[in-house]
Amino acid sequence: MIAADNWIRRLAVLAAAVALVGCASSVKLDEPAPVEDRTGKVAGAGGAGAGAGTAPQSQVTTVDLAKDAASQQLAKVIYFDYDSFVIKDEFRSVVDQYAKLLNADRKKRLLIEGHTDERGGREYNLALGQKRAESVQKALALLGVTAAQMESVSFGKERPAAAGSDEAAWAKNRRAELIQR
Amino acid sequence: MLAAGLGGAALPAWAQFRVEISGVGATQVPIAVAAFRDEDKSPQKVAQIVRDDLERSGLFRSIEAPGVLDETDRPELTDWRRRGADALALGSVTRLADGRFDVRFKLWDAVRGTDLGGQSFPVQPGDLRLAAHRVSDYIYERLTGDKGVFSTRIAYVSKAANRFTLRVTDADGEGGQIALTSPEPIISPAWSPDGRELAYVSFESGKAVVWAQEVATGQRRMLANFRGSNSAPAWSPDGQRLAVTLSRDGGSQIYLLDRQGGEPRRLTSSSAIDTEPVFTTDGRSIYFVSDRGGSPQVYRMPAAGGAAERVTFSGSYNISPTISPDGRTLAYVSRNGSAFKVTTMDLASGQATTVSDTVADESPSFAPNGRLLIYATRAQGRDLLMTTTVDGRVKARLISTSADVREPVWGPYGR
Repeated sequence: MIAADNWIRRLAVLAAAVALVGCASSVKLDEPAPVEDRTGKVAGAGGAGAGAGTAPQSQVTTVDLAKDAASQQLAKVIYFDYDSFVIKDEFRSVVDQYAKLLNADRKKRLLIEGHTDERGGREYNLALGQKRAESVQKALALLGVTAAQMESVSFGKERPAAAGSDEAAWAKNRRAELIQR
Repeated sequence: MLAAGLGGAALPAWAQFRVEISGVGATQVPIAVAAFRDEDKSPQKVAQIVRDDLERSGLFRSIEAPGVLDETDRPELTDWRRRGADALALGSVTRLADGRFDVRFKLWDAVRGTDLGGQSFPVQPGDLRLAAHRVSDYIYERLTGDKGVFSTRIAYVSKAANRFTLRVTDADGEGGQIALTSPEPIISPAWSPDGRELAYVSFESGKAVVWAQEVATGQRRMLANFRGSNSAPAWSPDGQRLAVTLSRDGGSQIYLLDRQGGEPRRLTSSSAIDTEPVFTTDGRSIYFVSDRGGSPQVYRMPAAGGAAERVTFSGSYNISPTISPDGRTLAYVSRNGSAFKVTTMDLASGQATTVSDTVADESPSFAPNGRLLIYATRAQGRDLLMTTTVDGRVKARLISTSADVREPVWGPYGR
């Protein structure tokens, strides 16, 4: 149960990375700038494609449904700088996409979870994570999303996306996760 | 009395701390604690618990005490003086007809050759450790003039294999019992002033919610579950209200709640982060953390809300304030470069002193006698707990053998 939950979370992060890094066209990112999570796996899936004419008759092309589904979804994670709750330009388009989605259907709900890296106190980090979540919420509100559609919460440093005590891990943990409900 | 019965039986499974002491007090009283008569017929080695308690305080040195004497004997104090003992404790453990044990002892001043009195504690088998700690408290108070805290309890959170557990142990880290276990994080436990309840933040519902739980019965109630995050519970000294941090109106702000919950009253109104409230012992003020000045610092305001004044000025990150029981000393975590260190401040002079020699400190909490602090830190890749005398001289590491441990909070006198 716990393991499954964690696995789903990791998938979500991976999916976000997929969306941001690999699938600029499908989510129309203005700036498909890579986020911190640049795993080799992202580029590997999808197969070589059915090459015209030259494909051997025994070729099998893999269809990865997990990846396929992920590619149709919006990015789920917005990353932040240390001690900052400012939404960086590279994530503006993600916010725009969610605004469109939520404005198109007032019944849609969004939970915004703020997270921090491991440095510093638990309660202060909880407040900092809350500030990150609320900063995303404010950006969405400016684009017309109603308060009733959104709730901002924080996990502070309690639920890191990446283990480790280096900048690479910390960068993945300073984030807001966007969860549609 | 179920809990008492389990306390003894469960001991080997939960005695999960290894304790390492470093440093010594300025003066140490040499004391001999003889084996208590018939303690080998009880489930606990009472005299050894007393010796360990006294040595860990940094204020005592154990002198070997051969032979069997008890509180009814009149010892040859000049002999004990020759052995190097300034004080001598003798006692017994007697099984009573109703299954309880009577722990009796007498304390002698070997230097002056006087009787320093004694006590008797008839207890359930599960409370034998408690009786031993009460013996230690008596000895400590008679010989140092300060109240002992050996019979108090500590609550903390352990994390192992993605399971979070709120535990309650004796002040020496032994005799641990589980108050709450959850697959989701638990943070910020806080003892009610009477020691009967713990408030804490649990993420069990997918977000931060403040709960209170009766320690003895396990009965719990939701105190704050508003929109957004609910956290940082702090009891008022009379136990009737709690200050909490809520984000229900946007931003993390401090509110006051009745002990039964209900509608909160807002105490701070800033556009900054205001969190980690803690009441002063007289109940008149609340210390808290705010980044209204651009970086997180400790502030003080009236308990009913109102104008706040800044308390910490040195450094760009001062958090997790806690106040000594006499109201004179503030302890908090201060960042210096990349190091987070437990620091104390004499509130009258504003003089700050670093008391830790570790670099990832969190959650300082005073013992009820104000002589010791417990805090969480990190060493060799593990989360562990540390106690220190307030002057930083004597430290004990409580290293769990099975889990990462954090969020320690020292309970009040009484249980």
